[in-house]
Amino acid sequence: MTQTSTQPAQPTEYIIRPKKIFSFQDVREVWNYRELLTFFTWRDLKVRYKQTAIGALWAIFQPFITMVVFSIFFGNLAQVPSDNVPYPIFVYVGLLFWQFFSGALSDTSNVLISNQAIITKVYFPRLILPLSSVTTKCVDFAIAAFILAGMMLYYGYAPSLASAAIVPLLLIITFMAAVGGGLFLAAINVKYRDVRFILPFFIQTLLFVTPVIYPASIAGKYSWLLALNPMMGVIQTARATLLHTAPINWHLVSISFVACLALLVIGTAYFKKVERYFADVI
Amino acid sequence: MNDKPIIEIKNIGKKYTIRHGAGGYVALRDVIANIFRNPFHFAAHKTKVVMGIETKEAFWALQGVDLSINKGEIIGIIGSNGAGKSTLLKILTGITPPTEGEVVMRGRVASLLEVGTGFHPELTGRENIYLNGAILGMSRKEISQKFDNIVAFSGIEKFLDTPVRYYSSGMYVRLAFSVAAHMEPDILLVDEVLAVGDAEFQKKCLGKMEEVVKETGRTILFVSHNMAAVEKLCSKCVLIDGGKVKMVGKTKEVIDFYLHSRKEMSSYDLGNRNDRKGSGFVRFTSCQAIEMDQEKHLLRLTIGYKNKTAVPYKNAKISIGIKNAKGEDLSNITNSVLDQKIDLRAGEGLIEVEIKHLNLETGEYLLDLFMATDSLNSEILDVVVDAAVININNDCFYRTKRLPPVPSKVLFDFKFTQHP
Repeated sequence: MTQTSTQPAQPTEYIIRPKKIFSFQDVREVWNYRELLTFFTWRDLKVRYKQTAIGALWAIFQPFITMVVFSIFFGNLAQVPSDNVPYPIFVYVGLLFWQFFSGALSDTSNVLISNQAIITKVYFPRLILPLSSVTTKCVDFAIAAFILAGMMLYYGYAPSLASAAIVPLLLIITFMAAVGGGLFLAAINVKYRDVRFILPFFIQTLLFVTPVIYPASIAGKYSWLLALNPMMGVIQTARATLLHTAPINWHLVSISFVACLALLVIGTAYFKKVERYFADVI
Repeated sequence: MNDKPIIEIKNIGKKYTIRHGAGGYVALRDVIANIFRNPFHFAAHKTKVVMGIETKEAFWALQGVDLSINKGEIIGIIGSNGAGKSTLLKILTGITPPTEGEVVMRGRVASLLEVGTGFHPELTGRENIYLNGAILGMSRKEISQKFDNIVAFSGIEKFLDTPVRYYSSGMYVRLAFSVAAHMEPDILLVDEVLAVGDAEFQKKCLGKMEEVVKETGRTILFVSHNMAAVEKLCSKCVLIDGGKVKMVGKTKEVIDFYLHSRKEMSSYDLGNRNDRKGSGFVRFTSCQAIEMDQEKHLLRLTIGYKNKTAVPYKNAKISIGIKNAKGEDLSNITNSVLDQKIDLRAGEGLIEVEIKHLNLETGEYLLDLFMATDSLNSEILDVVVDAAVININNDCFYRTKRLPPVPSKVLFDFKFTQHP
């Protein structure tokens, strides 16, 4: 029998006692279990694409169709301004980031309940589950980004050189926002099971206060109000760097970054605080 | 390090808060509605809770548990339902933290509280081996190394690329257990998983577990109702009762003690129950299970009554409804079906009921009591729903102390005969 396991290894001696709130031990633990994280992500992707007949195309279809519908109704019929950029590509950049955020948020908030069988039977750092939902959405984001590449080619937009650095930064900000908000909602959802019925409505509402289908400039002197919404900074900046709608507002990027970091810290802290009761309550 | 015990459990306690009426969770809308409807009461209540004046009703699933387990031991943990066995395992695995005390573990722990945890019906057998292995704490490399052994052990090579939702339950369990059997932790925690699967496969699994212990000196904690399996596997046994360790010792002694201790049973005073129907001229006053003889499968109940009138009731009808823990009616015991006459005399009286060949599965059962006057001019005298809870332990119904491979609600006394 081989003992060569490179493992979610616990240290050889460890102690179980009434749990304290967050420590750096937790971060290391999540890192030790990173393989399980990839397995959960792989499972989610595999199952999803097995269940839908069109498989991986779904990840492309969803933002594409939304983009077409929005372009027809908001772009053509309602004549929503789009910062002098063709409306389809204008709205698609917004949708790309928005759907990553909203999809991750809603999946994350349900992930504990949909995996309750595992939670009550096996121990692993609970943070793994929400993280895997967000990672799954990252894959969808990557697939959907191909369409954007095609559209940029079609409309003749070349991304600025800085995009190579800025787009990942924006992704990180979105990731933090989705994980932070998601962890908070996931933890609440375990305790109050009716939260998930309000959630789709809540996310729907968020869409309209985020400049996805319209430019932030539409709000005029009140546009600073929109800046409170961290996703606004992300989408504005994405448009600025990819479509050259405006110079990049670093001030806005930093506000978004700090806001999302705060959201991440609060979400994680709350999650860790109530985590110990999950198996008892769920 | 070798002389230190591999698991040291020090004064572990686990408290659950009992919520009245509600299930495991609450609805946010109720909480909010409550705040608006009754803001002062809410505030007052919160203050009390914060100041510690008002405490919630608590239930200690485990209290003051001390145990130390040495490397290479296989320990059986037995006890009746709700004694706290599973809670203990859940604490040891880290699924739920203890409320007080601490546990020191000196080795890698894996748990098997259920076979097939995390199996996904849409995924194939092959994919599920990897997924389940990862959930149980194996690395990808480790699973790949053992993959062939796992498949061979399960005996489902042909269906490896079929989604498991097309599997029969037998195949499912085989595959799931095969993955689990190939974990290589220092400490393995097993809960009741051998209750599934066919007898032959169970035997194979027990064999595998024994082999593993002999070869690698692994420590196993084994929770089960299957006394035969406990006796076969474990050298030492722990009896848990009411959240406390009642006895630790050699397996045989502990099992004997456990089976005998189950004879004494609780008695229920029914005099103060208000939720009853009937005219009330005669009332049930008590219900007590006085003997549960495991070997003869005999249950003896005494039912006390009080006739408040000055005259006896001749030809009364008494019936006892037996329900399982879910409240489903199982059977009814009544004197009328036997044409047996019972007279309820004036004043207090006692009736004894003997149930022979009790062949229900181990578990908790509820009794309903019913009493009426003679059937011609029938008048209901008294009805008490859920008058008593009785614990039936039939783990040793068969002389082999084995239980049927498929969970059975009823155990039959049967015999096979071969004709030449």
